[in-house]
Amino acid sequence: MTTASSADHPTRRDFLFVATGAAAAVGAAATVWPLVAQMNPDAATIAAGAPIQVDLTPIAEGQDIKVFWRGKPIYISHRTKKQIEEAQKVPLSSLPDPQPDSARVKSGHDQWLVVIGICTHLGCIPIAHEGNYDGFFCPCHGSQYDSSGRIRQGPAPANLAVPPYAFLSDTKIQIG
Amino acid sequence: MSGPSDFQPSNPALKWIERRLPIFGLIHSSFVAYPTPRNLNYWWTFGAILSMMLGLQILTGVILAMHYTPHADLAFKSVELIVRDVNYGWLLRNMHAAGASMFFFAVYIHMFRGLYYGSYKEPREVLWILGVIIYLLMMATGFMGYVLPWGQMSFWGATVITNLFSAVPYFGESIVTLLWGGYSVGNPTLNRFFSLHYLLPFVIAGVVVLHIWALHVAGQNNPAGVEAKTEKDTVPFTPYATIKDAFGVSCFLIFFAWFIFYMPNYLGDADNYIPANPGVTPAHIVPEWYYLPFYAILRSIPNKLAGVVAMFSAIIILCFLPWLDSARTRSSKYRPLAKQFFWIFVVVCIGLGYLGSQPPEGIYVIAGRILTVCYFAYFLIVLPLLARIETPRPVPNSIADDVLAKSKGRAATAASVVLALVLAGGLFAGSIQNAKAEEGGDTPPALSWSFSGPFGKYDRGSLQRGLKVYKEVCSACHSLNYVAFRNLADPGGPGYSEAQAAAFASEYKIKDGPNDQGEMFERPGRTADYFPAPFPNEQAAAAANGGKAPPDLSLMAKARSYKRGFPQFVFDFFTQYQEQGPDYVDAILQGFEDKPPAGVTVPEGTYYNKFFPGHAIKMPKPLSDGQVTFDDGAPATVKQYAHDVTTFLMWAAEPHMEARKRIGMQVFVFLIIFAFLMYFTKRKVWADAH
Ligand code: FES
Repeated sequence: MTTASSADHPTRRDFLFVATGAAAAVGAAATVWPLVAQMNPDAATIAAGAPIQVDLTPIAEGQDIKVFWRGKPIYISHRTKKQIEEAQKVPLSSLPDPQPDSARVKSGHDQWLVVIGICTHLGCIPIAHEGNYDGFFCPCHGSQYDSSGRIRQGPAPANLAVPPYAFLSDTKIQIG
Repeated sequence: MSGPSDFQPSNPALKWIERRLPIFGLIHSSFVAYPTPRNLNYWWTFGAILSMMLGLQILTGVILAMHYTPHADLAFKSVELIVRDVNYGWLLRNMHAAGASMFFFAVYIHMFRGLYYGSYKEPREVLWILGVIIYLLMMATGFMGYVLPWGQMSFWGATVITNLFSAVPYFGESIVTLLWGGYSVGNPTLNRFFSLHYLLPFVIAGVVVLHIWALHVAGQNNPAGVEAKTEKDTVPFTPYATIKDAFGVSCFLIFFAWFIFYMPNYLGDADNYIPANPGVTPAHIVPEWYYLPFYAILRSIPNKLAGVVAMFSAIIILCFLPWLDSARTRSSKYRPLAKQFFWIFVVVCIGLGYLGSQPPEGIYVIAGRILTVCYFAYFLIVLPLLARIETPRPVPNSIADDVLAKSKGRAATAASVVLALVLAGGLFAGSIQNAKAEEGGDTPPALSWSFSGPFGKYDRGSLQRGLKVYKEVCSACHSLNYVAFRNLADPGGPGYSEAQAAAFASEYKIKDGPNDQGEMFERPGRTADYFPAPFPNEQAAAAANGGKAPPDLSLMAKARSYKRGFPQFVFDFFTQYQEQGPDYVDAILQGFEDKPPAGVTVPEGTYYNKFFPGHAIKMPKPLSDGQVTFDDGAPATVKQYAHDVTTFLMWAAEPHMEARKRIGMQVFVFLIIFAFLMYFTKRKVWADAH
């Protein structure tokens, strides 16, 4: 029943249908955008993720603290001489995710290791001062990290991430 | 859903599925091949519009539930955070809130259409009753949804409506306690209402499936009211009805978008921007507009139980309609008397709606009683009587004959339907605006604001000056709880840079803690902090201010309003007037008079204000000339202060207004182009059917 008149103006008719269909598609896409975008962090969450400052003076050598930034635990370790030496000595070729210790700490502040305490395997929190490498041990599936937070053994694929941070003074850092 | 289908997919994978689950055949027979009467007019597109609205309400509702907190202490705040902080949260909330009104608006048209064309008559009784059940479920859902923002109207609406059940003899009190989960409306009530508000839409969707099933068994009624007999009477659902419905939907979306983007507060009540307070009832408790006719019936009857019974009967009576109206002719088109009474009934319903919004006193009560009698008389006397005495005009032999008889002059139908929709919408929905009767205060003058109208924008200079006035004057007593320092740098705000906002924040001392020693401490403000309140708690605020805590100002510009009156509120719908709040706030700030006029005394501890309802305000005159100096050379006058601080408070209440209006304009341009395209596409498709 549509053939009779479509023969009269085939192009005009097709153009109209295509234009309407295209407009509907554009409208649908534009509608979906806010429906999905609302799942992203809201403005208050983003504002709360602003940089934080941490005073390092109370952390004695060999100790570490855990602070939270953007809901993530950040380990700040005051490393001992032995830990620093171990971290610097290990040959890079033996590491699953090769990275020199100098790339993981700020130069001149070798004693401070700042890492995001989230196992790169599936997100559990590794325990400090445990495992065979004088670093971290993840209880979930047995990943072991060394005193530089580098993966040494276990299923985790990568080193513990280093968050963006800077020394404001010798005893104060700003994370974020 | 109309018997086994001969549909056979050609794709082997689909064939494989079809043999095991004939779902494509079901879809094909229900929504593609399904024969639909060819003479349906645009009133029939409201079925599709309602389906879309249900889908949209569920979608936006599920999303809002991701951000909403159903707790008495947090609900109001979480709704504000949705509107202010969630990406497009203002849009989603407006869609859901206005969507509820649009859903009811469409369902009323759908019901009146059924009434006019006799769509409830044999063999469609079950179809009709299922519709009434959907309507009841919608009312319950809408009511519980209105409670969720936990504002004053939410709380007191919940109190009044749940108390309806206390009219039940013997068990009344126990039922109400059961509904509340406490000794009054409170947190348990809010929690269960949230749960049920989430559940019921899916129940509605289930009943809608039954409704459509029943429709497809009985077949659609049509304006002629004669059954389809031959193939010439029908066209396949797709593409004919589909495209026509799509056009109807796109027109309805234009109407809907008007509310979402330009009139988001037109259908709401200013009192609902005040957090729920179990100690103070608003001066006039008014339900949402879609319940007003039944509310009027409730109030017309001077006996508690009888009032409640009458109100519920007014809805339940619809179930008996197929048997009350036993006339053989379906469509009122061929029933000269029934047609007239139908329109009288429509007027009665709108009249009841109007009365429901008015204070229950004097002439309104009497009018309410008369219209209540008319409402029931229509069903119980008029319809049964007409069935016996009316001589209907001859109906056409077939649908095809009906189409032939009026093949001329249908191009204007679409335009007139749209126009009628907009007009009726403005009138019908606008009645709520009348609900705010402020006794004993002069009407604030309507001022001109830079932010009014479809292209309105905040005046940055005014916002910055207003912030200064707030900081130096208002903030001594009034908090601004929902505004954070970071907002000062937001687009569409006072136009400060991030650094300026940070500097502004650092001038404040913010209480933080506890620290590692377990002590609270003070630190300079950061942009993520909110404006600190002048008093540690409400009791301290009240004690320092003569027994009444100064209200928070975050939402002040939307939480106050005044009566616009008929017919002004109808014009307001078309001119997008939304500035009652700012007009009122500005008027109050300038309305102080040192001496009350002769013969007027105000109580001790209050001050005379021309525009305050009752004239006696607890706030002393806050502003005087020269109190604040502006760097930009704006005059240091009370008039200027009032204007600027009101502009600032409007922004504080509606920080995304500029984005709303900007996106609104884009949506409108798109929808109008789309509706035109749909219209011509529809004409092309239907060209072969006539
Ligand atoms: S999450 Fe740490 S080892 Fe699996």
